[in-house]
Amino acid sequence: MLRILTNPQSLIDALTQNRVFRSIVRRGLSDTNRNRSLAIFSNFFLHIHPVKVNVSAIRFTRTFYLGGLSAATLFILIVTGVFLMFYYHPSVPRAYDDMKDLQYVVYMGPFLRNLHRWGAHAMVALVLLHMVRVFFAGAYRPPREFNWVIGVVLLLLTILLSYTGYLLPWDQLAFWGVTVGTNMADAVPLMGEQIKFLLLGGTKVNENALLRFYVLHCVLLPLALILMLCVHIWRVRKDGGIYLGDEEKPETEERP
Amino acid sequence: MTMETPKYLLEADDDARKSPVRLVVVQGERRPAVDAADEAQVMTWPHLMLREAIALVALSLALSLLAIFFDAPLEEIANAQKTPNPAKAPWYFLGLQELLHYYPPLVSGVILPGLVVVALIVIPYFNINLKREAFWQENIKRKLVYFWASILALSVIFLFSSAHPVWPILIPLWVIAGLMMVPAVSPTRTGWRGWLGDRSLAFWVFLWFLLASTALTVIGTFFRGPGWQYTIPWIDGVY
Repeated sequence: MLRILTNPQSLIDALTQNRVFRSIVRRGLSDTNRNRSLAIFSNFFLHIHPVKVNVSAIRFTRTFYLGGLSAATLFILIVTGVFLMFYYHPSVPRAYDDMKDLQYVVYMGPFLRNLHRWGAHAMVALVLLHMVRVFFAGAYRPPREFNWVIGVVLLLLTILLSYTGYLLPWDQLAFWGVTVGTNMADAVPLMGEQIKFLLLGGTKVNENALLRFYVLHCVLLPLALILMLCVHIWRVRKDGGIYLGDEEKPETEERP
Repeated sequence: MTMETPKYLLEADDDARKSPVRLVVVQGERRPAVDAADEAQVMTWPHLMLREAIALVALSLALSLLAIFFDAPLEEIANAQKTPNPAKAPWYFLGLQELLHYYPPLVSGVILPGLVVVALIVIPYFNINLKREAFWQENIKRKLVYFWASILALSVIFLFSSAHPVWPILIPLWVIAGLMMVPAVSPTRTGWRGWLGDRSLAFWVFLWFLLASTALTVIGTFFRGPGWQYTIPWIDGVY
């Protein structure tokens, strides 16, 4: 016992050099390059990374980590979103009452809702900034053309997610913000009215619209976003990691 | 009775080394980055993982502090009979809502955003973009004619197609036209003028889009009040 207190290394050893820990994390704290490689290579979550990376690829000022931070915000939003779902009923006027409960009754309710709200704004901003950064780096060039298109789809999904979530508190801000937006659908030629009807489950923003936006916000759009995000990250890996500039020649003319 | 050779053959066999027949797949130009790496590399663990951890903690901290000190807005319960003035969409749509002030919904709500999305999707397939050649590299005389014809045409469109000139689009257009002219008037390979001269056409078009949408969003968010009239945020407050 005293040995553990006086020597932190032995504490680390005691915690990591046993069968149970090693069955969970197959490599311990990695001291050799071989074990460091295996720490990435043999880990389900970390294998999205290569074992080695270019020094310039991890410099903060190259990417500002905007893509990674967008994904991290998504993670925060999923966690807070699931907690919020425990306290929320997508019906009128229960939805608004639940907001009041979150404000005054639920333990840490305001923090939960605030974190979800500011996280949503942050995600839209981070995704937009990520796109701008990628454009100015020229990273959309072959062979990454289609990954840029997936990125545009991810931006649209992010905005749709934020927008469908905007209605859920069912306050004046939500109601009229969504009314202004869905009125624009009316302007679509030929099928504007049908699109609006499909979106709202009626001709104006009411209980049906709330339920539709809830299902879109909590099920369909997150699933679509996560799926596309997996493809997005997978393609970045297959194209050799983040784009590092002109030295890797695109060689477009050779492709069939 | 002879057995016909089946059209479809199930490649089953006891010998796993022979069946199914293996081929070597050689992918010519899409090689992993390691092949081309003549740059210094570091181990992902711990160098990248540590940076990711720091970034994640910084983000969580920033968002948590925001959530502790600033409350998410919650107004009274939705009421279809009581229209707030102004009724504003979330901030990322306020650029579009600001455009509604200039154009009918078909133009500002469907055609223009549709064009923007299409433009974003075709960016990597757009020939001028792929090479990313400096705009003023060759054919300068012919390009000058096309350049000014385009700027003039765009200016006329955004000056006269609406009841008011669309200043948030026009002013960025003219700023960019001015910046683009600098390397044409005084060509040099060095300094900031050299940098401007190295930019591609796609760069300028994207910058215009970026400045215009930022201007529209900022105006819609901070400078519009009741009746979508101009307000000064530090005097009248933000609506």
